[in-house]
Amino acid sequence: MAGTGQILIPLLTGLADAAGLFFVASGLTVIFGVTRVVNFAHGSLTMLGAYCGWSLISRLPPTPLGFALGALATMAILAVIGAGLEIGLLRRVYRAPELFQLLATFGVVLMAQDIVQWLWGVEDLALRRPPWLRAFVTLGGARFPRFDLVVIALFPLVFLLLWLLFTRTRWGRLVRAATEDREMVAALGVDQRLLFTSVFALGAALAGLGGVLMLPDASANLGMDLTTVTDAFVVVVVGGLGSLPGAALASLLIGLLQAFGIMLVPRATLALVFVVMAVVLVLRPNGLLGRPPGRDGGGGEARALVRPAPAVLRRFGLAVLVLAALAPLFLGPYALAVGTEMLIAMLFAASLHFMMGPGGMASFGHAAWFGIGAYASAFAVHLLAAPMPLGLLLAPLAAGATAALFGAFVVRLSGVYLAMLTLAFAQIVWAIAFQWVDLTGGDNGILGVWPARWAAGPRGFYWLALALAVAGTLGLRVILAAPFGHALRGARDSRRRAEAIGLPVTAIQLAAFALSGAQAGLAGGLYAYAKGSVFPTYISLGHSVDALLMVLLGGVATMSGPIVGALAYTGLYDVLLSATSLWRLVLGAAIIVLVLAAPEGIAGGALKLWQRVRPA
Amino acid sequence: MKPLGPVLAVAGLAKSFGGVAAVREVSFAVARGEMLALIGPNGAGKSTCFNLLSGQIRPDRGAVFLDGEVVTGLSPRAIWRRGVGRTFQITATFASMTVRENVQMALISHHRRVWRFRRPARQYFAAEADVLLDPVGMRDQAGRATGELAYGDLKRLELAIALAHAPRLLLMDEPTAGMAPAERGGLMALARRLAAERAIAVLFTEHDMDVVFGVADRILVLDRGRLIAEGSGAEIRADARVRAVYLGSGATSGGH
Repeated sequence: MAGTGQILIPLLTGLADAAGLFFVASGLTVIFGVTRVVNFAHGSLTMLGAYCGWSLISRLPPTPLGFALGALATMAILAVIGAGLEIGLLRRVYRAPELFQLLATFGVVLMAQDIVQWLWGVEDLALRRPPWLRAFVTLGGARFPRFDLVVIALFPLVFLLLWLLFTRTRWGRLVRAATEDREMVAALGVDQRLLFTSVFALGAALAGLGGVLMLPDASANLGMDLTTVTDAFVVVVVGGLGSLPGAALASLLIGLLQAFGIMLVPRATLALVFVVMAVVLVLRPNGLLGRPPGRDGGGGEARALVRPAPAVLRRFGLAVLVLAALAPLFLGPYALAVGTEMLIAMLFAASLHFMMGPGGMASFGHAAWFGIGAYASAFAVHLLAAPMPLGLLLAPLAAGATAALFGAFVVRLSGVYLAMLTLAFAQIVWAIAFQWVDLTGGDNGILGVWPARWAAGPRGFYWLALALAVAGTLGLRVILAAPFGHALRGARDSRRRAEAIGLPVTAIQLAAFALSGAQAGLAGGLYAYAKGSVFPTYISLGHSVDALLMVLLGGVATMSGPIVGALAYTGLYDVLLSATSLWRLVLGAAIIVLVLAAPEGIAGGALKLWQRVRPA
Repeated sequence: MKPLGPVLAVAGLAKSFGGVAAVREVSFAVARGEMLALIGPNGAGKSTCFNLLSGQIRPDRGAVFLDGEVVTGLSPRAIWRRGVGRTFQITATFASMTVRENVQMALISHHRRVWRFRRPARQYFAAEADVLLDPVGMRDQAGRATGELAYGDLKRLELAIALAHAPRLLLMDEPTAGMAPAERGGLMALARRLAAERAIAVLFTEHDMDVVFGVADRILVLDRGRLIAEGSGAEIRADARVRAVYLGSGATSGGH
């Protein structure tokens, strides 16, 4: 009967997808549960697993046994890599704030991309598929790959093995105890280092397994790190951070939803997963099976004192500003175009810093506001035939209004959950830009967003960007020093105290979120006119990560951080891009060195040096 | 003119969590300038009682009156607006600000200046902040980072913050917890003096019995959610039920 096949096949496809999601996500959730590290490099480990698996399995006999041996060997290799990563890098940053751990793992992501490309090349590597891998079974009148049945069978098997490992062994009990209360386990004299290293090795091995099992149906490719880690994050967050059964449940939910979603709403497949995550987080802020994080130590966290900029810094800033304003007189068009991009990046980074530093709300999806601003300007040009000033006005308005609307859900959350909800929203916006081709042109974007004649030349537009970006960035600084900014910072420092002195914490955070979104939108609008075109890539995860890197590079705790970070990042990027083909490797290594040497960021490190030279 | 009668009156307050009664039919009152201690063994319902008064949780039954006005079920913010200051068992301050800026923040909130976006916050109410820091002995540290203060100094800063909106009632949850025994008396003597000068009613919970009997005008004893005794230090000391709870005929109650 064709009828049963219509239900059965998507059901099985969904289960196979769910299994693949679970292998990767289980490793991520176990690592987070114990070490509290948000491991952005988990997708890179999966990618490494796929590539290692490809190399091993193509050299082994093309039998099921050869495949199994290759998979096991890959898991062993990944376990060693994971342990090495933990010992060499993460162990040194456990005490650093969450965001710096994130920055360190971003560094690993960048390095892994170049290392994999250097070792295996840029081609997608598909496995030669022997007959047993190509075999189908016929179910309800439809054909289904036999290998996927194996993957489905592995899902409960791996889950059961992990379950037994965590409940029946002493090691597992220690891991669960450490998930509950790290300090207590340390106080009981358990060697935490060994525990953490072994947990990381296990997580990496699971990531490797996930990577290998992707080979028969897809291929090893260089884009899989970010797509995998995004999916895995969704699963982990929907299930509840650190919860293994949660990860299994969420994998099932999302795998099945995707499989049936393609049949029901083919136009919205890309957004569907993130809509599910957003709904789950709105209804259950800690995921399906997660528990609330310990919130607000009441100011116990060490926070650097924020002081007004010293006179020297103000004079230096003014000198740089004058120099920047005079730049068009002695720089060529290319340098001015780079300068324009740097200015826009500065505003973009400053807007993220506003909500992330003083606001304490880290965003993984800040590119959403940038993109909404850019598309608003493009729509203004194409649909309204609006002049540029109106287009540039609509950009922050559209982004700010959307941020205010969406922020109402976001500010109820905190920490990683908040960051993930922003990511979900950015992915939904991206999916709309990508899939609603009639309106947005899809992948081809919207072209012909040209500036007004008076700002059409590189000089004119540079000056426009300088005026707006500097005004926007300094405006945010002024707000941060004003009562509103202090209240925002106070709510971050201690929510309890903020509420106890009558500060409307939620309203303050929502306003900050909207303001931040509006400024990012202005940056996006400027960028649209600078480039003359708008593409979905403006909203991509990679672009959000760019903003995060700029802010973290500069330093979250200082007010000048985002400015320094944006200029350093775009500068470094341009220099590296022209100097070496391995720019990601160098940039990633530079980020890691920076995290280990100057965890306060560039501006933070400079401030520390300054205070050492000149005691206050 | 302030109305006569107690600043805080509590009538038949009750709260259960999943069938377990944490606070049962508790009634009491605090007068202007009075120091009232709320004591009891662990799990007696002191914290729940406190959270009911400051608006963190809603009672199942009963009412809370501030100068005769019903404030039951209002949000913490609304209750603070009506003149209730509070300090926490574990200090809660803004670590990225100076001592003065912490007090300024409370003043900014009190004077409804939070939604200001231009003039720097440090220009708001700086002199008033110093006036509040003076009596708690923190004025000479006004420019220091809050994050680097000694714990006793943090406690005194919290007191200054709690007094910023000239409250009529001050709620102090375990005010001397975490302090060196030698410092405890000093802090409570300070609170007592300020309360008397400004005619503020003070309700505090406390584990250190030397502190309780040293500064409290009156003492309430809670046990398993019920008010079992009320009176002066001497009366409480002589109360048989209190002795039973604290000195232990019942092993279930714990005690000191």
